[in-house]
Amino acid sequence: MVEKSVSSVIELIRTVGHHLNDGLQRLGFAARFFVMVLVYSGQSFRRLHLTIREIYFSGFQSLLIILVSGLFIGMVLGMQGYETLQRYGSSEALGVLVALSLTRELGPVVAALLFASRAGSAITAEIGLMKATEQLTAMDMMAVNPIARVVAPKFWGGVISMPLLAALFSAIGVFGGYLVGVVLIGVDEGAFWSQMQGSVDFRYDVWNGVVKSFVFGVAVSLIAVFEGYDAVPTAEGVSGSIKRTVVYSALAILALDFVLTSFMFRGL
Amino acid sequence: MSRKLLDLWVGFFVLLGFASLLFLALRVGNLSSANFAETYQLTAKFDNIGGLKVRGPVKSAGVVVGRVTEIRFDPESYEAVTTLTIDSRYRFPKDTFASILTAGLLGEQYIGLDAGGDEKMFKSGDVVAKTQSAVVLEKLISQFMFNKASEGPDKK
Repeated sequence: MVEKSVSSVIELIRTVGHHLNDGLQRLGFAARFFVMVLVYSGQSFRRLHLTIREIYFSGFQSLLIILVSGLFIGMVLGMQGYETLQRYGSSEALGVLVALSLTRELGPVVAALLFASRAGSAITAEIGLMKATEQLTAMDMMAVNPIARVVAPKFWGGVISMPLLAALFSAIGVFGGYLVGVVLIGVDEGAFWSQMQGSVDFRYDVWNGVVKSFVFGVAVSLIAVFEGYDAVPTAEGVSGSIKRTVVYSALAILALDFVLTSFMFRGL
Repeated sequence: MSRKLLDLWVGFFVLLGFASLLFLALRVGNLSSANFAETYQLTAKFDNIGGLKVRGPVKSAGVVVGRVTEIRFDPESYEAVTTLTIDSRYRFPKDTFASILTAGLLGEQYIGLDAGGDEKMFKSGDVVAKTQSAVVLEKLISQFMFNKASEGPDKK
């Protein structure tokens, strides 16, 4: 009886250790994979059309979802912001509220979340399926390095697209806020823009947002290509990888956002 | 898809991205107005700066002529020392009065410069001698209360 309970406790501890070891091993593999991608990324710039192709698939094709969601988020911000600000008689500050919340937080974060589910999952699916149908192995047999030929261009395509998409998201969001605030509700147009320009600093607010979206771009692209490359080469395995790409990307984006925000916007 | 069409769309996408960044910089942010071409620095000491912040505006007659670039505490005179960076297009006489004012009832605080009549103008690094501190609401209210209290018995 005692022996049995002792052995079940040991089993429990072993399970915890097993999961931890597994996770650490995968993390280490991901870190080595990241280094490999960086080492072999020379080709994705020498043969630039590979990267341009990936920018088309992950950047240009995400334009629609980014622009539409940005517009609506800006419009909602305008409406909710006005609702709250007019209670304190400062509805002219609407422009500040919309612009600051978009450039600092919502632009990079929401654009990255959308990018992860629109482009990240597609990257994982493509690489995972190439692995499942043994195309990656075939490339290796033909002395073509699959990381240099397939993975690195996809990674850099994502890294380049992400800051541009985030900037587009913020810009169209500000326009959405302008549509609702000034055109629909009737906040004074001059105050809307001048107060916005008075409080939004380029280096402090806009540039920090760009830095954020660049970091998110690296994280999401790395997770997407790694999960695809590491996929179990079956139909089930690829679907599991896609699921993990979306979940891990979302968690990484939100956690990184907290870390970056606490470094960038500490008081002052 | 042909290579040319692909290049076209990607170029379109990248240009659109940079255009929106430019929009954020110039229309949303203050890149166009914050950086004055040539500037000079003045120092002003205040007993109390209230809620003045670094990057706060310096205005004269309501027009932004510069920015507050540094605020520090002088441990010897127990005063706040502010550094003002002023656009060198604007020259101010030596007896200019600097005061901390508030935009609106609860708005942001800024430094107002009231030009005097002196012949000599400020040079870079000069100290603004005449300053007036921020109005602290609590002190104002307590002053009012004391006045009321001292008036109190007479009225009866």
